[in-house]
Amino acid sequence: MAKAATSDDSAKRRRRWTALLLAPAGLWFLALLVMPLAVVVVFSLGERAPAGGYAPALSLANYLNLPARWTAFRNTLVLAPIGTLVCLLAAYPLAYFLAVRTSPRYRLLLLILVIVPFWTSFLIRTYAWMFILGGRGLPALFEWIGFGEIRLINTPLSVLIGIVYGYLPLMVFPIFVSLERLDKRLLEAAADLGSTPWRSFRQVTLPLSAPGVITGCMLVFILLMGEYLIPQLLGGGKVFFIGNALVDLFLQSRNWPYGSAVAMSLVILMLATVTLYLRLTRRYGGRDVSLL
Amino acid sequence: MAAAMTQQAPEPRAEAAGIDVRFRGVSKRFGAVAAVDDVSFEIPRGSFHSFLGPSGCGKTTSLRLIAGFEQPSEGEVEIAGVPMVGVPAYRRPVNMVFQHYALFPHLDVFANIAFGLKQLRPRPSAAEIGRRVGEALELVRLPGMGSRRAWELSGGQQQRVALARALINRPTVLLLDEPLAALDRKLRRDMQMELQNLQREVGITFVLVTHDQEEALSMSDTIGIMRDGRIEQFGSPSELYDAPVNRYVADFVGESNFFAGAVAAADADGATIRTAQGLEIAAPYSPRGRKLAVGSAGVIAVRPEIVALWDPAESGQALADYRFRGRVRNRIYLGDQTEFSVAVPELGEILVRAPKGSAAGAAGFAAGTEIALGWRRERALALADG
Repeated sequence: MAKAATSDDSAKRRRRWTALLLAPAGLWFLALLVMPLAVVVVFSLGERAPAGGYAPALSLANYLNLPARWTAFRNTLVLAPIGTLVCLLAAYPLAYFLAVRTSPRYRLLLLILVIVPFWTSFLIRTYAWMFILGGRGLPALFEWIGFGEIRLINTPLSVLIGIVYGYLPLMVFPIFVSLERLDKRLLEAAADLGSTPWRSFRQVTLPLSAPGVITGCMLVFILLMGEYLIPQLLGGGKVFFIGNALVDLFLQSRNWPYGSAVAMSLVILMLATVTLYLRLTRRYGGRDVSLL
Repeated sequence: MAAAMTQQAPEPRAEAAGIDVRFRGVSKRFGAVAAVDDVSFEIPRGSFHSFLGPSGCGKTTSLRLIAGFEQPSEGEVEIAGVPMVGVPAYRRPVNMVFQHYALFPHLDVFANIAFGLKQLRPRPSAAEIGRRVGEALELVRLPGMGSRRAWELSGGQQQRVALARALINRPTVLLLDEPLAALDRKLRRDMQMELQNLQREVGITFVLVTHDQEEALSMSDTIGIMRDGRIEQFGSPSELYDAPVNRYVADFVGESNFFAGAVAAADADGATIRTAQGLEIAAPYSPRGRKLAVGSAGVIAVRPEIVALWDPAESGQALADYRFRGRVRNRIYLGDQTEFSVAVPELGEILVRAPKGSAAGAAGFAAGTEIALGWRRERALALADG
């Protein structure tokens, strides 16, 4: 009996410590995520005050009005997945080259080159693309060569270029890590069992790098769904995302309740796609899938 | 063989029938280093061959040259009479059990074993694959384990899966790269036994790489002792034990007491060696050793089991030609035999092994006892000291 009581006590003490250690993160989570989100939910059910801002109400009018911002939703829902896909297609060979084909002597140097762009502000780099894609940048060069008049800036393509440029490193790293961890003897084992190099890639390398691919895709996709800067600068008000619509609603037209409804639907959309995506890829690697 | 056809290897040349693996002057260089240096040998069909040597001796590279993971810098590799130079690993009729098994972590046991079958063209039907994987699981005594993941298995079970995976395509040659190194001692003994039984059962040529002499001696029909990329000696376990070509082989296979020195006298049958202490010891040449020239470096090898021990009060003349006195430093009881370590002033530390039934084994001289020891001249070997 006495012994049981002691072990009970120590279990209680351990629980108290656990609670204590989790408290800072819990408070942070509560104060900066749950509560603001609750505010947004409440706002989204209200109505615009005559001078802008929020006036209490209880209606779904804002949600029913969402189709008015259809273009922003469409642009986000088309360009975020395409951007993620193009990033993946560009990043995989690069990560493969770095992890498998590069001698360890140069690997670090090349990895640093992948991150070097991060040493400059994202804003400045995107500005630079504004000039490159703008009338006196690449289009002028193409015209001089003789391709005729081409417009790049403020098109979906220019936004896509900006996306791939900005988010590529985020895709390269998780894939690189999963490929570098891949045991090369597994490829020898596959070859030994009669698998051609291409089949070994499909049957061994690809499934074993799936955790990295999933992580990279989630990172890029989630960030792209909330992207604001790239469409702002390279889409020039013509190709705008939900993020741009939100800025417009909160800061220009000061329609907070409607903005809150748009924000909520973005959150729900993201949760839905992420859940669906994880469910689809669950079968890869069981215990190996983790977000980072 | 079926494997030759299933893995799309060309038909074997008739004259080479009976030899499954042949190296002719094979070298493999990595930069300036020759991992394998002008090696030639033949491994007969259906035999169990081992490459034995310390790490870095070239045994693993030899195995990888057979598997096709490496291509020779020079020379010819033949499998079942078919030249293999330039043939990639996935077209060779050999399969390998990797050192740490290299099981596919994303596949269950069934899919791991079925992997080889699924590479065949035309691809066997699902029913055929299921049947053969079931048979393979029976063969390695893991029936019903197909749905497990590799990481859920014990080391011994993983090893069996690796074996089943490598045997499923009925290779001409099965390669084993230190397959037992990761197992504990008891399990290793069991697996040695099983490997031998399995080899007899399936009749496939096995080529094993190991640094464990006991493993090589107990399982193999033939052994190649390697050093610095070369094969020092190629022969049966008893040949290597009884007729080593030099000190290196005698030292690697079993244990020996060595008395080194310069060759003082030599004739067609044996040599006399003068040790640094001025002692002259004679012995016949090893049957596979070379004749020694007077003045060259030689060594007398005395296996611990040919050394006799007796009470110093007796003469021992009937037991030994060379007789010394010493003091027992250590006695280790090994069950079927007893091992003594005896300090002899003229010779240094001598290792003696006496079987249970022998006089010395029965007397059980304790540590500290003064004793006499010696051996018969014709049972020792005179070897080149290399």
